[in-house]
Amino acid sequence: MSQRLLDRAHALFGARIVSSHAFHGDETIVVEANDIHDVIATLRSDAEAKLDFLVDLTAVDHYGREPRFEVVYHLRSMASGERLRVKAEVADTDDGSEPSIATICDLWKSADWMEREVFDMFGIKFTGHPDLRRILMYEEFIGYPLRKDYPKEKRQPLVRRDPNT
Amino acid sequence: MSDPRSNAAPSTSGHGDGPRKMVIGLSTAEDFDARRQSAVLGNEPQDDDDDEMPTEPMQLNMGPSHPSTHGTVRIVLTVEGETVTDADVQIGYLHRAFEKESEHATYTQVFPYTDRLNYVSPMLNNVGYALAVEKLLGIVDDVPERAQYIRVIVGELARIADHLTASAAGAMELGAMTIYFYAIKAREWIWEILEEISGARMTHSYVRVGGVAYDLHPDIPSKVRALMPKIQTALHDVKEMLFENRIFRDRMDGVGIFTQEQALSYGWTGVSLRSTGLPYDVRKDHPYLVYDRFDFSVPVGTTGDCFDRFILRIEEITQSMRILNQAFDQMPEGPVVVDDPRIILPPKQAVYNTIESMIAHFKIIVDGVKVPPGEVYSYTEAGNGELGFYIVSDGTGRPYRLRCRPPCFMITSALREMIVGGTIADIVPTFDMMNMIGGECDR
Repeated sequence: MSQRLLDRAHALFGARIVSSHAFHGDETIVVEANDIHDVIATLRSDAEAKLDFLVDLTAVDHYGREPRFEVVYHLRSMASGERLRVKAEVADTDDGSEPSIATICDLWKSADWMEREVFDMFGIKFTGHPDLRRILMYEEFIGYPLRKDYPKEKRQPLVRRDPNT
Repeated sequence: MSDPRSNAAPSTSGHGDGPRKMVIGLSTAEDFDARRQSAVLGNEPQDDDDDEMPTEPMQLNMGPSHPSTHGTVRIVLTVEGETVTDADVQIGYLHRAFEKESEHATYTQVFPYTDRLNYVSPMLNNVGYALAVEKLLGIVDDVPERAQYIRVIVGELARIADHLTASAAGAMELGAMTIYFYAIKAREWIWEILEEISGARMTHSYVRVGGVAYDLHPDIPSKVRALMPKIQTALHDVKEMLFENRIFRDRMDGVGIFTQEQALSYGWTGVSLRSTGLPYDVRKDHPYLVYDRFDFSVPVGTTGDCFDRFILRIEEITQSMRILNQAFDQMPEGPVVVDDPRIILPPKQAVYNTIESMIAHFKIIVDGVKVPPGEVYSYTEAGNGELGFYIVSDGTGRPYRLRCRPPCFMITSALREMIVGGTIADIVPTFDMMNMIGGECDR
């Protein structure tokens, strides 16, 4: 990854970067969830950063911490080979509904399935996603398995719904 | 299911309907137009198709237990006649909660799970995961050289096995059963070597955090060197039988064409991305282990079609053998694990005879290797592309969060776009040459 990109990100976004760090050569910026689409689109189109490849998109559940979720984006520049990690903090909701963040499906098509997986595993809604449904688990599954409050030993019988209802 | 074109042209010598240049070796740019044109011509309606009655769109399930889907993927097709008008690719049939299980296992206990990710090249997953943990521990450069060479050797052997499997299964599903036997025989020789190295034929769990489980037997280099001409012969047979085979070429050439922009948008890496002409290989672009010391080339395709992906795999096997030869020449003597009692189990002799070693052994087994808090993303070149591990540690002996970036997940996500508009018969080669491995895609 690259210190140069970290400096560039600071120059581009200034105070919009909540925090940043470099650990074992992995440069990371943390931004607000509301900013994520704008930040990633800028990094993608900026002539100096040119982070035009979405390597990975995932999430982490920091159960018991506020904000609870982090959505993690790994970006790479195909021209220079430099990498940058962008994290967005997503707070859990109080009313039991799913927390949400903007989709980046319009920037990369690979985000489609990766966001579906994060939705499936963590229950984070990607607003604007064209086809947000479970991908690895079955449709009837209740809960989000990679959340820390989902017990590993929990078993769910697969109950098929009546297709006519 | 069978392609009408393959029935029309049973000749293997290439003189079916008019002269058509057969290409051996990597395809050239001039060839691109010819191939694409022939693909278009091949899709032209035949005379008797003109009288066909209009048909209703039909829903058709391909998989999850269709022979060409390797039992793990379901494609819900909407077809009009032979043409696919829509498709819904559904994965997850092999989901085993790898990431959830890993959160409850010590760092060492995750190794057997990684074996089962891409189960045709488990060594590459072992190496990729070990490097990620070592990066978090900050000991990547402390791993002894001999261990690094051994990791390269077992990794390249696994890569050969992976590419052989992918090409063989692809050819078999197009009807070339003989090819499958030739290539799988070669893969079996490699697995015998890996079994001799690690003790297990497929699920090796041979690599450890900080090195490898045990040293290579002194016979291994000579055995692998003796094996290489046999693999070359097998490859030669495969080439001879397929590259000028009319049926095979008709089904592969110009099928499943993907452009570089599309491939990058879908997050493709590995052979699939290189088939579109972009030479991105983690071993070259971000050298890890000792890959910067070897002389090897990264073959790229020109058209991004199925035949390119097939031919690249065959070519990469040759490159892997070049790496193996150099690795055996350069491999130094020495220890195979890092010298750090916090990471490596003490010798058994000491465990049984001293209380300190016994406690150390107990702590590492029960609590796991203590990894400092932090997060890393580490990536290696696996059989299908960039295999990444993103680990978040909270300072205990178990990963707080372990994410595996499976290369074929991203590649499979493009399947819908590749098959819509084509014929049902084209799905088979397109899907085969992606080399979707259920264990890795679904985790």
